Amino acid sequence: MQSTVNNNENWTPRIVAFFCNWCTYTASDLAGVSRLRYAPSTRVVRVMCSGRIDPEFIMEAFAKGADGVLIGGCHPGDCHYSEGNYKCLRRFTLIQKYAEQMGIDKHRLRLEWISASEGKRLQEVVNEMTEQLKQIGPSKIKEVVETLEK
Amino acid sequence: MADKPKIKLAIYWGAACGGCCVSVLDVHESLFTVVEHADLVFWPIALDTKYKDVEEMPDGSIDITLFNGAVRTSENEHMAKLLRQKSKILIAYGSCAHMGGIPGLANFSNKEDIFKRVYEESESTENAQKVRPATETKVKEGTLTLPKFYNDVMTLDQVVDVDYYLPGCPPQTERLVEVFMAVVTGAALPPKGSVIGVFDRVQCDDCKRKKSDKKGIVKFKRAWEVTDDGETCLNEQGILCMGPATRGGCGVRCVEGNAPCRGCYGPMEGIPDPGAKMMSAIASMLEGKEQDEIDKAIESVVDPAGTFYRFSLPGSILRRKQ
Repeated sequence: MQSTVNNNENWTPRIVAFFCNWCTYTASDLAGVSRLRYAPSTRVVRVMCSGRIDPEFIMEAFAKGADGVLIGGCHPGDCHYSEGNYKCLRRFTLIQKYAEQMGIDKHRLRLEWISASEGKRLQEVVNEMTEQLKQIGPSKIKEVVETLEK
Repeated sequence: MADKPKIKLAIYWGAACGGCCVSVLDVHESLFTVVEHADLVFWPIALDTKYKDVEEMPDGSIDITLFNGAVRTSENEHMAKLLRQKSKILIAYGSCAHMGGIPGLANFSNKEDIFKRVYEESESTENAQKVRPATETKVKEGTLTLPKFYNDVMTLDQVVDVDYYLPGCPPQTERLVEVFMAVVTGAALPPKGSVIGVFDRVQCDDCKRKKSDKKGIVKFKRAWEVTDDGETCLNEQGILCMGPATRGGCGVRCVEGNAPCRGCYGPMEGIPDPGAKMMSAIASMLEGKEQDEIDKAIESVVDPAGTFYRFSLPGSILRRKQ
C-alpha cells in the first residue's frame, strides 16, 4: 500500500473494508449503480462470508498501514451460510477487546450489518467512519510495527 | 567415533529465566553421550568462558549455538551478533528466542513505564533522587558501564539471521536430543528457517481427553471455579486451553498434568500469529448468537492479549502495544 498520509486537511483515511459477497458487497454495488456519492476512502476486499474474516486479516491490514478496518456482513439470521455472521460477531467482539489492550483506538475498527438492498446505509457508514477517522488522524501502527525501538 | 572430530557446541542466554539452560541439563545421563560427541565451548550457566574468549574464536568455528532468551538489552544484541558470526548453525532455542516469550510481555509497556515502576514506584523502593541505571557512570577509579535497556523486547530473528527454531518453554529435552543426534550422525538437515523438534499437528491431536464437535461454550471460567472431571476437553469444561492453536511437540505435558495448554510451542507451520488463530478458534467454540450472550462470554476471557500472546507478543503481527 503506497503511503499518501500527511496531516493536511485533504488527507483521506485508508479503510480496508472486508465485505461479504452476498450482502454488503452487493450493497456497495447498489450504491454504485444508484450513483450514491461517498468518501473514496475504502479499499474493498470481497470475501464469501463475514465468517471467513480471520483476525489475522485485520491485524495484517493495520500492520500494513490501514487507518481503519470496516467489516460488512449480512444481518443476523440472514447469513447465506446460516451462521457465518455469528462467528464474525463473536470474533469481532473478542478482537475489539484485544485491540483495546493493544492501544488501538476503537473507532478504527467497525462492524456493520448491511444487506444487499441497503446501498444508502453503506454510503452513511463509510462517510461516518471516514469522518471519525479524520478526527483521530492517521494510524501510526505501521510505523510502530516496523520500528524496533532500541 | 574416536577419529571423528567433536562438534563445537555453544549455549547462551539472552533475556531468559535460565530454564532453557536447565532443560539442556535435563538430558540427564545422556549428557555423557552429548559430551562424547561435542565440546561445549561456551555456556555461561555451567562454564567460565569469558566473552573475550568467544571474540577470539575464528568466525564460523562453533558448529551449533543454542541461543535462548529474547533480546532486551544491548548486551543481548551484541552477543546475538557475535554468536551469529562465530557459528555455523544458530538455533533460536525456546519460546523467548523464538517469539519473545514471557519477557516479551513487557511489550505491553515501555522502557519509561518499566523504569518508573521499578526504580521509583514499587512499594519496597526508596529513591528520593530518582536514580536510574545509566549506561555509563564515572567514578574515581574509572568509568562503569551497563548494557542499554531497550524500549522493545525483540525476538532473536528480529536482530540476527536464524537458521532454526526450537520452541518450548522450555523445549522438551527429548526433542533436543533428537535434533542433536541428527546433527551428530550427519542426517540431512531441514531447510533453513524451519521450526525443528516439533510435530506437524496441533496439541489437540495428541491430547487424550474426550472432545466433541460442538463445544458450546457459554462462559469461560477460572481454573479454581471448575472441578475437572479428568477426561473431557478443558475448553469444553470452560477452561481456556491454547491447544487448538498450538503446535505439538511437548507431549501435551500441561494437559497431561491437568493444566490447560498455555501455547509455548507457538503456532503451526505457516501461521504468522498464534493469538489470531486462537481468537478465531474460540469464536467458533462459543455458543451465543445474541450480542449480550456474546458480550458475557467474551467478558469471561479476562485478558485476551496476555493470554493468547503469553509467549509470542514480540513475534506477533502487531508486535507491541501501540
